[in-house]
Amino acid sequence: MFIRILTVSFVLLGFSVQNAGAAGDQVSPPSQPWSFYNGPAGVFGYYDQASMQRGLKIYREVCASCHSLKRVYFRNLEALGYNEAQIKNIASEYTVVDGPNDEGDMFDRPGKPSDKFVSPFANDNAAKYANNGAFPPDLSLITKARAKGPDYLYALLTGYAQPPAGEHVSGGQHWNTYFPGHKLSMAPPLSDGQVSYEDGSPETLDQYARDITHFLAWAADPYMEERKKTGLKVLIFLLVFAGVMYSVKKKVWKGAH
Amino acid sequence: MGSANREKFDNTVVEWIDSRMPIFTILNKEYGVFPTPRNFNYFWNFGAIAMFMLMTMIITGIILAMHYTADTKLAFDSVERIMRDVNGGWLLRYIHMNGASFFFIAVYIHMFRGIYYGSYKKPRELLWILGVIIFLLMMATAFIGYVLPWGQMSLWGATVITNLFSAVPFVGNWIVETLWGGYSVDNPTLTRFFALHFLLPFVIFAVVFLHVWALHVSGSNNPLGIEPKGPQDTLPFNPYYTAKDTFGLVVFMVAYAFFIFFAPDFLGHPDNYIPADPLVTPAHIVPEWYFLPFYAILRAVTFSINWYLIIGAGLCAYAFIKWMTKNKERESFFVKEYMVFVLPALFLFVLGAVIAFIPVSEQQFVDGELQYVGIARIIEGIRYYFTFDFLIPDSIRGTTEAVEMRVAIDALLIPISAKLGGVLAMFGSIALLIVLPWLDSHPVRSARFRPLFRIFVLLFTVSVGILGYAGSQPADKVYWSTCLGDAVACEALAHGGHGAGAEHHSDASATTIIKLDNTMLAQAFTGFYFAFFLIIIPLLGRFEKARALPYSIHEAVLGKEQRAGV
Ligand code: HEC
Ligand code: HEM
Repeated sequence: MFIRILTVSFVLLGFSVQNAGAAGDQVSPPSQPWSFYNGPAGVFGYYDQASMQRGLKIYREVCASCHSLKRVYFRNLEALGYNEAQIKNIASEYTVVDGPNDEGDMFDRPGKPSDKFVSPFANDNAAKYANNGAFPPDLSLITKARAKGPDYLYALLTGYAQPPAGEHVSGGQHWNTYFPGHKLSMAPPLSDGQVSYEDGSPETLDQYARDITHFLAWAADPYMEERKKTGLKVLIFLLVFAGVMYSVKKKVWKGAH
Repeated sequence: MGSANREKFDNTVVEWIDSRMPIFTILNKEYGVFPTPRNFNYFWNFGAIAMFMLMTMIITGIILAMHYTADTKLAFDSVERIMRDVNGGWLLRYIHMNGASFFFIAVYIHMFRGIYYGSYKKPRELLWILGVIIFLLMMATAFIGYVLPWGQMSLWGATVITNLFSAVPFVGNWIVETLWGGYSVDNPTLTRFFALHFLLPFVIFAVVFLHVWALHVSGSNNPLGIEPKGPQDTLPFNPYYTAKDTFGLVVFMVAYAFFIFFAPDFLGHPDNYIPADPLVTPAHIVPEWYFLPFYAILRAVTFSINWYLIIGAGLCAYAFIKWMTKNKERESFFVKEYMVFVLPALFLFVLGAVIAFIPVSEQQFVDGELQYVGIARIIEGIRYYFTFDFLIPDSIRGTTEAVEMRVAIDALLIPISAKLGGVLAMFGSIALLIVLPWLDSHPVRSARFRPLFRIFVLLFTVSVGILGYAGSQPADKVYWSTCLGDAVACEALAHGGHGAGAEHHSDASATTIIKLDNTMLAQAFTGFYFAFFLIIIPLLGRFEKARALPYSIHEAVLGKEQRAGV
């Protein structure tokens, strides 16, 4: 019994300590209601296609000028609810460098569904050079590459603020409540009314941040829906199997005790 | 191999094979009718579960290897291609990734079972040692495997851990460069790690074979820790334990599947989804959760270990062993040899500890002369003479020559640097498991009949958990602190906070800050870890009075209705 009390008190200690520790230069982002975390432990999570389509629009009109999305194929956009023709259309708006051709030359051609999103810069150095030495990371895995990824991304995009008294941000840097160290080399990329929505959704910073996060959460974890649906089936199967094995075991052991 | 008095099989094909190579006879003997104690609880499931995990890892691992590319420029991308473009690739990778964690969960429970029920004792010492070897191989395999996806934690975890070996005297640098295949963790490291990660599981498989072989010679232990006395104490393995193990395994798989499908990245670190970059160091480098207790032990040794401490510890150990092994006249030994061993040891400990632990005290100048007051004076006196500081002539103090002399003296005085000490402590903490059968001389196996041993094993388990927590936190994290002394100065300290150099005035010397930080937490529980094996277990082995053992397993099982067992 006292072991149990000991354990519980240590766990409580752990929690209180963790909360106190969070007061350093890293602020834990508040949790947001995401559809992909739907249900207990997110077991019924699903992606909201309308939100992802709006997020794609924001990516293409805003973020894409600095950030690549190099792990996503145009054909993957099917998951956003687009049909083949629409995807072909989106892809063809990009110019892809291909080749070499029979004559040994590289050539430009319109994008195809089997291409990946085209990166804005030829290489990392070019990306840094264009951004005052700060590297805009590829966004295809961003929500997995940060703790509490989607919450963090939303908090980051909406978390720009004036630096508190006594703090200075030098040229090219911006104060952000949620960025570790607070000094971020990305200017606030989004503001109210910046991107026009066709479906009547509010054109606000808050809505933009939710939509781009939703889209990037999908980009980082495109098999989430399939994974969770399979998981439910597997769990149900295993639970039934466990029940069967339990009764088999009971039957076998009858009289042996 | 036992084919002489073989029983015939009805199936002609089976009989044809068995008469030429009695594989079915052996299988039946070892897994069919194998006599197994009838009183196992569910702790006895975890060997079979570990076996299932090993097979899972090997099968998923081989398929992953078909799609993986061991090249620093391509490794991260190839893993992401598995996640996105290979059919079922995400499932395969998540099974393997979480499989490592669940393999360790199973084996940790399996090892706890071994300690709690005294399974390591005679005649199962070799069986136990083979288990510890499997555990070491698993740690090597998992560590190397974590490097393969070539994310930030892969690179930096590998850098931190492989660097440790440079503390080994004489051959340290050679070991590190051999591991790296160069002068840093780079492409040659990745390719050799891939080759080893492919190889080691099969080595594990071979050792598991030996482990199970040894098990089938001694037979299984059981929750009572008494040997079966006859057929009434055992049951044939099949169907009794095949049915029970399968049920237990399926329950375990429910938890495993939950993580695979609903929290696949929970046990991992987000930084490993950032491609490795030798130019960017992550804020906190943490190994995977199953290494954390050992990582905490590694980091707990922040002090160098001088000869005073080593000789003091040696004397204590000698006196302790003598005292423990002396049967009669323990009292008189105590009086006589106490003076010879323990007092000098204590004296040496104080000297060694002062030199190793107490930071050079606040220096105060009075009339331009360095002054030490009160206890600081004594401490500085000890330091001056016993670190042989007096050998350095006053005339050269402050010059580089003096510094060089100090370094030369320290090289002789301190054989174990803090870094080497940490490495020794970490490997020592596992080596203790190997000698556990000889540290524990108590004739009774099961903790059920050893009330004190039981409490200490549970405390030990909790403290390994706390060490794990300490391993996950930054070393300088402060859990609790208080400021003693001048109230105004304390107030200033509390508000001046970090790095406010301008606020620092002489009043600060009127305060003492007492704090509990993460390093101290790790040190306290590292101390308990070693004390458990080196002091508590030997003492209990000698002095603990066990409760009466039941006559036989059979009798105990029949009487179970009245008793509430563990
Ligand atoms: C003008 C160029 C530019 C645009 C447009 C831009 N970013 Fe950035 N972004 C950057 C740069 C530069 C950095 C690196 C900042 C740093 O490391 O201090 C960055 C960093 C980030 C980070 C990483 C923060 C971290 O935790 O390390 C995220 C996430 C991010 N941007 C998301 C976005 C999103 C979403 C958009 C579109 C709404 C966007 N960015 C638009 C330039 C841009
Ligand atoms: C790859 C990992 C391992 C596998 C596959 C494995 C497999 C098994 C199996 C199948 C058994 C018989 C079933 C049982 O009693 O639970 C067993 C018994 C045992 N194992 Fe392991 N084992 C592994 C690791 C270890 C480790 C790391 C240790 C200890 C350090 C260990 C110590 C023992 C002992 C002492 C027994 C005898 C159990 C008893 O009868 O009390 N094993 N092992």
